[in-house]
Amino acid sequence: MPDLIQMKEISKIYGNGIYANRHVSFSVREGEIHALVGENGAGKSTLMKVLYGLEKPDSGEILINEKPVTFSSPQDAMKMGIGMVHQHFMLVGSLTVTENVVLGYEPMSGIFIDHNKARQKVMQLSESFNLKIDPDIRTSDLAVGLKQKVEILKALYRGAKILILDEPTAVLTPQETEELFTQLKSLKKQGFTVIFISHKLKEVKAISDRISVMRRGEMIATVNTQDVSEHDISEMMVGSNITGKIEKEKANPKESYLEIKNLVWHDNNKKAVVNGISLTVRSGEIVGIAGVEGNGQDELIELITGLKAPDSGEIILLGKSTNGKKIRQRRKMGMAYIPSDRMTLGIAREMSIENNIISTKLDDKSIYNTIFLSRQKIKSLSKKLISDFNIKCRSERTEIGMLSGGNIQKVVVAREFSSNSKIIIAEQPTRGIDVGAAEFIHKKLIELRDNGCAVLLVSADLDELKKLSDSIVVLYNGKITAYIDDVSDVSDSDLGNYMLGVKKQSDEEIGRAYNA
Amino acid sequence: MDRILNLVFTTDFISSVIRVTTPILFATMAVLMSERAGVVNISVEGAMLISSLMGVVGSAYTGSAWIGLLIAVLSGIVYSWILAVFHLRLNTNIVLTGIALNLLASGLTVFILFLLTGDKGVSTALPSKVLPNVSIPLIKNIPILGNIISGQNFLTYIAILSVFVIHIFLKRTRLGTYIRAAGEAPEAVETAGKSVKSIRQKALIISGALAGCGGAFMSMAYLSMFTKDMIAGRGFIALAAEAMGKGNPILSFVVSLLFGFADALSNNMQLLSIPSEITRIVPYLVTIFALAIYSGRDLTKKKNPI
Repeated sequence: MPDLIQMKEISKIYGNGIYANRHVSFSVREGEIHALVGENGAGKSTLMKVLYGLEKPDSGEILINEKPVTFSSPQDAMKMGIGMVHQHFMLVGSLTVTENVVLGYEPMSGIFIDHNKARQKVMQLSESFNLKIDPDIRTSDLAVGLKQKVEILKALYRGAKILILDEPTAVLTPQETEELFTQLKSLKKQGFTVIFISHKLKEVKAISDRISVMRRGEMIATVNTQDVSEHDISEMMVGSNITGKIEKEKANPKESYLEIKNLVWHDNNKKAVVNGISLTVRSGEIVGIAGVEGNGQDELIELITGLKAPDSGEIILLGKSTNGKKIRQRRKMGMAYIPSDRMTLGIAREMSIENNIISTKLDDKSIYNTIFLSRQKIKSLSKKLISDFNIKCRSERTEIGMLSGGNIQKVVVAREFSSNSKIIIAEQPTRGIDVGAAEFIHKKLIELRDNGCAVLLVSADLDELKKLSDSIVVLYNGKITAYIDDVSDVSDSDLGNYMLGVKKQSDEEIGRAYNA
Repeated sequence: MDRILNLVFTTDFISSVIRVTTPILFATMAVLMSERAGVVNISVEGAMLISSLMGVVGSAYTGSAWIGLLIAVLSGIVYSWILAVFHLRLNTNIVLTGIALNLLASGLTVFILFLLTGDKGVSTALPSKVLPNVSIPLIKNIPILGNIISGQNFLTYIAILSVFVIHIFLKRTRLGTYIRAAGEAPEAVETAGKSVKSIRQKALIISGALAGCGGAFMSMAYLSMFTKDMIAGRGFIALAAEAMGKGNPILSFVVSLLFGFADALSNNMQLLSIPSEITRIVPYLVTIFALAIYSGRDLTKKKNPI
């Protein structure tokens, strides 16, 4: 059978002279689920943007059904039946599901949008593809998994026969992921073609028929999924052996460094988003926080770091209450923070690596010559951190926004880890960065733990949580639903049940999060 | 105080509230149209000023108030379109461009006025026309209400009508939906294959037409001539009204009535031999207080320790 899509010798060079794609050839057969894997910055997204008409390739050609095509906009791609579900949802929050799905292609009656007809069409679609959803609800009120369904419906409504999904499972719970996979498989049965971008190998293995691996802008190989193991794929991705496991000793926790007592915080709608959370993080241990996004973990971290003030309850850092203490005071007390949103909270994008590194150290006399900042001292500090943390950059003066995601995160981590802090709040420390950088950060976190730091780790990636944490606290709806002291003993489906509030431990068991 | 209360509770006063709300309402709707599309249009003030002069000039040279109105509306559109070209095509900063256009309007109107009349302050030398008042049959005979509702200027009715037309337009038409989407999630519009820039440009053109009506009202109904800087900050008050109305046409209408009330109060207080230097502050003071209360309420919600 001929290939449905053929991309031949695609090259794309970005403005800064970096090859995002170098002579990449890629083909997809009709009716298959084709996984496209690779580290961040490997060029997967660029290749798909070219296919979807969002980027113009500098050279190469695209054939669909053996006919050459050129796309200058997503509409051109849509006309050929290609639809894309973006990693960041492209939804208008105040519009309903129906309005979002038909956006751009509304059925009309006279000068008005024919809302009934639109609604009917959406209902029909959702029924025939078993993507159940309330067509009249505002999309801002939807959970992430449902938002994704809306995105898929949108693509189908626009007549897509080929669906590109960009890291669709990054934001989903294990249960939602499974549901998505069932839907993708049923779409496949109905003759749809799916291109699935991911770097979660387990999922790739579970869902795809074939796998294409990219590395540093080049296509490494396309293989049948059944012929390779996860290990093989990861080797192709990084070009070397990475085990995925991490060596660590058993934790040896000592006195409590971070104590949270009965913390409560309400949002504008008087909803208790953080609803009586108590937990302790001790010197020499990593406590992981698991939970579906939006169950209070973001707010909990904001309360600890001082971005928000609690309505009641207390946070104690190294034996001292933080009530009324500002962020800088908390940092001085020994707290370091790796924010999940590194681009806005973690760095100043248009400043140099150097300036980003000193941004939290301006009270530190060691970078001054009497009253003025010392260029020399800043330079040598930055150079040292760049080499210690293996940050790939041209010089310490490079604008940080020019670096790849992984390297930006390394700068943040280098800054936070170099401040002699006792308490590390790590929020999604490796989200969206490549395997190599992630592993490096993991090792650093363990190293800090072994040196006596208390680490609080929030992550949406269960594998990461299980790999690093000594104990795990599960949040659901602003409350702790489980405290897991033996991480090696818990299954994903158990964790998922706690995360979705299906199961809940007894108060006594939960109390161990604070008293253990 | 009693004298002020006696003043407020008269049909004349209420009718004057509606009259002075008209330009604020047009300006508010002009701001709203562009704001909903995601463009902060602070040059509504300037667009109104240009239109108010062009209305006077147009009606004076053609002898028709209606053609004057048409010219005013067209000038509003052209002025708004200039903002669109600079901001959307040439990627200039929207606020700076807006400021520049406002300053330009202030100077340009005086310049044109001077060229045509030799006067730098008022257009009394031009035989300009005014737009008619409309008395509504039946309603005008209702006691009290008749005096308030009927007999207002033609444009006043258009302004009130525009609130509801815009409400339905945003909710139910295709362009209206795109405008809302472009303001809220432009990337969603772009991936739906629609050009955000062209949607915003259309919104700005509608915005300009509304500002044009507001300007025409000022010089062809509110007064019967153009005077230097006669918009007097109404375009800026409209920014506040739109923000407090949260971009909702009906709510914004209610808020602009509040500002109209303040404006009417300030006009009428002059009759009470309070120095006009003081009474003229009232509308702006109300704007500041209203905004402070409005955003103060927001702040208490956040409880931010930073």
